[in-house]
Amino acid sequence: METVLELSGVTRCFGPVEVLHGIDLGLRAGEVHALIGENGAGKSTIMKILGGYLAPTEGQVLLDGSPAAFSSGPEAEARGVVVIHQEFNLAPDLTVADNIFLGREMTRGWRLDHAAMRRAAGDLLEELDTRIDPRARIRDLSVPDRQMVEIAKALSRNARVLIMDEPSAALTHREVDALYAQVDRLRAEGVALMFCSHRLDEVARLADRITVLRDGSVVSRATRGEMTEDQMATAMVGRELTDFFPPKDTLTGNVLLEVQDLSVPGAVDDASLTLHRGEVLGIAGLVGAGRTELAEAIAGLRPGSTGRMTVSGEAVPLADVRAAGRAGIAYLTEDRKEAGLLLTKPLTENLTLAALDRFGFRIDRAAEARAMDDATREFDIRAASPDMPAGALSGGNQQKLLLAKTMLTEPQIVLIDEPTRGIDVGTKRQIYAFIRRLAAEGHGIIVISSELPEVIGLADRVLVMRQGRIAGEVEGDVITEEGIVRLAMGVGADHHDAEHKNREPA
Amino acid sequence: MRRIDFHLLGPLIALIALIIIGALLNPAFLAPANLSNVLARSAFIGLIAVGMTFVITQGGLDLSVGSMAAFIAGITIMAMNALVPITGVNWGTIIIGMMVAMAGGLAAGLFNGALITRARIEPFIVTLGTMGIYRSLVTWLSDGGTLSLDSGLRTLYRPVYFSGIGWITWPIITFAIVAILGEWMMRHTRFGRHVEAIGSNDRVARYSAVDVEGVRLASYVLLGGLVGLATILYVPRLGSASGSTGVLWELEAIAAVIIGGTMLKGGTGRVWGTVVGVLILSMIDNILNLADLVSPYLNGAIQGVIIVLAVVLQREKRATDNR
Repeated sequence: METVLELSGVTRCFGPVEVLHGIDLGLRAGEVHALIGENGAGKSTIMKILGGYLAPTEGQVLLDGSPAAFSSGPEAEARGVVVIHQEFNLAPDLTVADNIFLGREMTRGWRLDHAAMRRAAGDLLEELDTRIDPRARIRDLSVPDRQMVEIAKALSRNARVLIMDEPSAALTHREVDALYAQVDRLRAEGVALMFCSHRLDEVARLADRITVLRDGSVVSRATRGEMTEDQMATAMVGRELTDFFPPKDTLTGNVLLEVQDLSVPGAVDDASLTLHRGEVLGIAGLVGAGRTELAEAIAGLRPGSTGRMTVSGEAVPLADVRAAGRAGIAYLTEDRKEAGLLLTKPLTENLTLAALDRFGFRIDRAAEARAMDDATREFDIRAASPDMPAGALSGGNQQKLLLAKTMLTEPQIVLIDEPTRGIDVGTKRQIYAFIRRLAAEGHGIIVISSELPEVIGLADRVLVMRQGRIAGEVEGDVITEEGIVRLAMGVGADHHDAEHKNREPA
Repeated sequence: MRRIDFHLLGPLIALIALIIIGALLNPAFLAPANLSNVLARSAFIGLIAVGMTFVITQGGLDLSVGSMAAFIAGITIMAMNALVPITGVNWGTIIIGMMVAMAGGLAAGLFNGALITRARIEPFIVTLGTMGIYRSLVTWLSDGGTLSLDSGLRTLYRPVYFSGIGWITWPIITFAIVAILGEWMMRHTRFGRHVEAIGSNDRVARYSAVDVEGVRLASYVLLGGLVGLATILYVPRLGSASGSTGVLWELEAIAAVIIGGTMLKGGTGRVWGTVVGVLILSMIDNILNLADLVSPYLNGAIQGVIIVLAVVLQREKRATDNR
C-alpha cells in the first residue's frame, strides 16, 4: 500500500530541549496506525507536526513522497490532512450544521443555503449512527455528541489522512462502536488513519500497525497481531508491569460515612451507602448513571440534593461544600481542566487553594513553598519549577497535583472520580498504590471509574449504579466484570449487549 | 536568561517617561503645588479604581460607581444640611455626614453584589441598571440643579481636601494608605488569592470549597465602601453635588485598572498597576493643560490610545504564555 504521509528523520526541539529524536513514520492509505506511549513520550508533538501545527526542527514531512511544509493546520487540512484534537474545535453557539460547514458554507447566490447544509450534515451524522439534530446548538450537546460532530466535520472535508487524538476517551460504548465502524469504513475507502489512545484493547482491536514511543524515540513497531496488550504496555514503560494493582490487604474498620436516601433532582434517586475506615468502595455504572452526581452530592457540590448523611455518626448538612469539607469529605473531580486546577496559575497556588486557611490570614509563602516541596516528593510530581502554570504539566502530573491538593485538606473520606482518565500506564500504577496506601492509613475511599478492570483491581466492594439508582453491590471474590455488567445493564439485558459492554466499558 | 518583562513593567516605564516629558515641557510640572493638585485629583478615581481592581479580578464589573459617588455626595450633603439646625455647625455634624457617606457606599455595594450573586444577574446588566438609578436619583434630589452644603460647614470641612501634611494633602495620604492595603490584601491574604482564583475559573474555586458568592459579594461591598470614602474626600472640594458629579468616573476607574495590567476577563489583579494607571491618566491631563503642544481637548483621544495600547500589550503576553 502506498505511503501517503510520512515523517522522515524528524527532530523537534522546544528551546534547548529536544523532545523528538529522529522519528521515521509512515501513514499508508487504507491502514490504521496506532501511536502509543506514556504521557510526555511525544505523541502530541508528532500529531501536531503531521497536522501542520508545528514544524519539525530537522527532518521532513512528506506528502505523497514529496516534501510538504505545511505552514498551518488549515493548510494541511486543505490538502486532505485533518486532525481531530482532544480539545474540541467547535463554536458553542453555532448549530451542528453551521459547525460542520464552518469556513466552507454552502451558498445559493450570496445567501447561505441552510437547508442544504442541514441535509448534508444530517446525512453525515446518520452515517455515524448518531441521532444528533443538525439544528442543535453545540452548547446543548453532551461531550460524546460533540466528539461525533468533530468526526462528522472531518469526514465532510473528504480527509485523505485522518489523525485522531484519544478519539474514544469521551464516548459511551454505543458511540465507541459507531466510531469503530466508521474507522473500518474509512479504512476500506482507502483513508490513511492514525490515532493515539491509552486504551490498549482499542489499539489491539483497531490498529493494523502500531508504533510505540518512549521519551521521544520509536522503541517498537509491530503490525496487527504481533503484539499483545501486555507487550505494548511493557514496551511503553520499558519495564515489566507486574503487580499492576496493589494487594487488597487493608483491614476494614468502623463505619465512617453513612448516606441515606440521597437524591439529586434529575440524576440520583434515593441512594444509600456506607463506607468504612480503611475501605476502598468502587462505584461502577454506565456514563449517565448518576455516579458523578452522587459523589458530588456527598461532597456538597450539588444544590437541591436531599437525604441524610452522617460522618462518624455526626449529621452533615447537604448541599454545603464547606460543611462537607469540615466533616472531612474531599472530592477529586474527573474534570481536571475545568473544575480541578487553575491552569494559568502556578503549581503552588493550585496546591494550597483548597486549604488556604491553614496558611494564616497573611499567607505564609514559606510554608506554602514547603508544602509544595513535600507534595512534589510524596506524589512524585515532575515539574520544571513550582512557579510554572499547572496547565503546562502533563496529564499524569496534573492528576498527581490534584491529588496532592485534595490531600492537603487532610480529609478522612476521599471521593475520586475517574482517577486515571487520560493517564499513562506508569502513572496509573503510582496512583493505584497511593489509593491503597490512603486506605491503609485509615481513610475511607470511594473510587468512581468507567474502566472495569480498575474498579475490580482496586475496590473491596463495588456499588453498581443504573439510571440514578444503586442497582446492587458486589463484594470480595465475586467482583467480576460479568457481575458488574449485569447490574449496570439491568438484569433483563440480553446477552449480546452484556458481552458488548464487557468489552467496552464506557 | 532574565529579560525585562515589559508587560509587567510597561505601565511603570510609561509613567516615568510621562514625568520626564512633563518636567521637560514645563518646569512647573514638578512644583509641589502642581504635584499636590494632580495627586489629590487622582485620589477619587484612585480609591475607586483600587476597589474596581478586586471586582474585575474576580471576573466582575461595576459601571455604577460614578453615579453612586454622585448619589452618595447628594445624600451626604442633604443629611448634613438637615442636621445643622439640630447639631449645629461643628465637626460632629461632619462626622455624621462622613458616616452617612460610608454607610451609603457599603449599602450600594451590597445592593449591587446581592443582585449579582443572589439573583444571579450579569454584573454588566445590574450595574448598568443601578448606574441609571443613582444618576437619576441625584438629579431628582437636586431637582435638576445643585445640592450645596451649608456654607458654615463648607468652611469647616474644606481642609479635609485642601490641607494635610505639607503639600501632601489628606486625599493623597488616604489614597496611598488604601493602595498599600489593597496591594497587600491582593497579594498576601486569603481574600486576594480567592479573588484571583474565582476570576481565573470560578468552577475550580467552587470545587475547592471557596465561598465563591461570598467573595464576590465582598468585592462589591469593598468597592462600595471605597466609593463612600472617595465621596467623603470629594464633598469638601466643591461643597456641592449635582446630576453631573462623577460622570464617567466608572470608565476612568476601569481604564486605570486595565492600563495597570489587570485583565478585564479577571484572574490576575495588580493593585500597584492600577495606581500607576490612575497616575498615567491624570498626568496626561495635567501635562496637556500645562504645555500648549497639544490641545487639552485631545486629552480623551490620548487616553483612549493608551488604553488600547495597554490591551494590545496584554494580548502579546498571552500569546507568549501559550507557547
